[in-house]
Amino acid sequence: MSANLLINTDLAKTILTGFIHSEITRSGFSRAVIGLSGGIDSALSCVLAAEALGPQNVLAVRMPYKTSSIDSLEDAQHVIDKTGVKSLTVPITEMVEPLFERFPVANAMRRGNSMARARMIVLYDQSEAFGGLVVGTGNKTEILLGYSTLYGDSACALNPIGDLYKTQVRQLSVALGVPDSIINKPPSADLWAGQTDEDELGFTYEEVDKLLHLIVDERYSPSECVDAGFPQEFVHKVIERIRRNQFKRLLPPIAKLSNRTIGYDFLYLRDWGT
Amino acid sequence: MKKTIALAQIDTRLGVVQANLEKHLAYAERARAAGASLLVFPELSLTGYALQDIASTVSHRPTPEDEIFAPLLEASRDLDMVVGFVDEDQRHRFYIAGAYLSGGEVLHVHHKVYLPTYGLFDEGRFFAWGDSIEAFETPLGGAGIAICEDFWHASPPYLLWLDGADILIFTSASPGRGLSDEPKLESARWVEHINQAYASLFTSFTVHANRVGYEDGLNFWGGSTVFDPNGNLLVRGPYHEEALVIAEIDLNQLHRTRARLPILRDERTGLVQRELGRILDKNGGGR
Repeated sequence: MSANLLINTDLAKTILTGFIHSEITRSGFSRAVIGLSGGIDSALSCVLAAEALGPQNVLAVRMPYKTSSIDSLEDAQHVIDKTGVKSLTVPITEMVEPLFERFPVANAMRRGNSMARARMIVLYDQSEAFGGLVVGTGNKTEILLGYSTLYGDSACALNPIGDLYKTQVRQLSVALGVPDSIINKPPSADLWAGQTDEDELGFTYEEVDKLLHLIVDERYSPSECVDAGFPQEFVHKVIERIRRNQFKRLLPPIAKLSNRTIGYDFLYLRDWGT
Repeated sequence: MKKTIALAQIDTRLGVVQANLEKHLAYAERARAAGASLLVFPELSLTGYALQDIASTVSHRPTPEDEIFAPLLEASRDLDMVVGFVDEDQRHRFYIAGAYLSGGEVLHVHHKVYLPTYGLFDEGRFFAWGDSIEAFETPLGGAGIAICEDFWHASPPYLLWLDGADILIFTSASPGRGLSDEPKLESARWVEHINQAYASLFTSFTVHANRVGYEDGLNFWGGSTVFDPNGNLLVRGPYHEEALVIAEIDLNQLHRTRARLPILRDERTGLVQRELGRILDKNGGGR
């Protein structure tokens, strides 16, 4: 891992657990709901939430589709056992199959998006039932690259790990005792057998995180990134991906008509009045 | 002469002045019990920091007639206090302000002169720029107030020093940023470095009160400090936790340090003025 990406994990834990506790309790809640996929991001969010709120106040929801890997389900169970959080398993197969039958030509992208949105429906339903806020599991790498489903896995009330690159998520996960089987397996959206993030993206997290760090955090120009040793095509591809996916990082634009318009000149933090 | 200074390293509620006032009065009670002569609250301690459009609705005038300042002035009868608030002037301009209260009166009000409007900051959008930097006399001696970005620039502490401040009172609502493998955030390291540097360069006390808590995704890191005129750390508050941080300062240290190191005596203010004038002429005037 690049030295520039190393983080002090004690400090990260202090800030992130404090953030979860503050943002949940000040909005009048004491509990959290998390979709636990068996992957490292949701495992880390779950560990942080359990630490911040107490495991009895966290509901981890496993939401397998019929083709989901059994390893994912077991890895999620390891996190549940280790943290002592409450858990629930809600298969989404029966939710999404009717749509897939109605549109049998739907490709993997459409199917994957629908699965992610079905899981969002389950989580927000449990949010109401359990009385907890949905804690997000998207990391900085995937948010920048837009490697997520809008209103699907990106939907949440707060996100503790969205300013950590994937390689930093790994570092913090190791420090916080996320099970080895989760840390060591290749990251995957688990939408079909053998799928991995790195195959789909066409580069490794290790490589892209170093580049993203230069572009985003260090404000390197594209030519400076090339001078730093990254292939020009790779630099271009990543920068273009960041730009094209800006829409996923913003609320939809509202057409301005009045003197005071939500999003432009009606400006309040979410923590307004708390 | 020894004096006890207390720093109220508090969290605040965003835009809920009454709740923040109650916390101020509770900390005043605790500081009094600890024998403090001065209690310093962080920047915008009565309102919270990232006010945006709330700013114009939470302003107060530092007068005995004001419902928020009346109990604070009352509490200041036996405990000097620096509080952070939004000041609205007669012509309805809003300032990030710090008031020094003592003996039931307002001794000084400072309007923040540097409003960061870059990166995560947007202060210049919502607030007017203060236009003066003045030291003032207190029961503890000459003092001056600078608010957060004010002391990221060297000139406000320098001017306060020349104007008679031996105690530089710095207040912040400093958002934590710059996580690396170091045990402290980059923002915390930077602020502590410059507090120590000002204490050393100006052979003065630097007293820094920083808040804690969160506003949306922003964290405030605390770590309030007091440095003495030798640049030695007298106290540092915990990071990321509310605390009443207490330091005993020995005002005689000013005498001892400046006898050894007469930087203030030798400061060539006329030279500074001449050179500044020349530089401004060359650049067609300044801001």
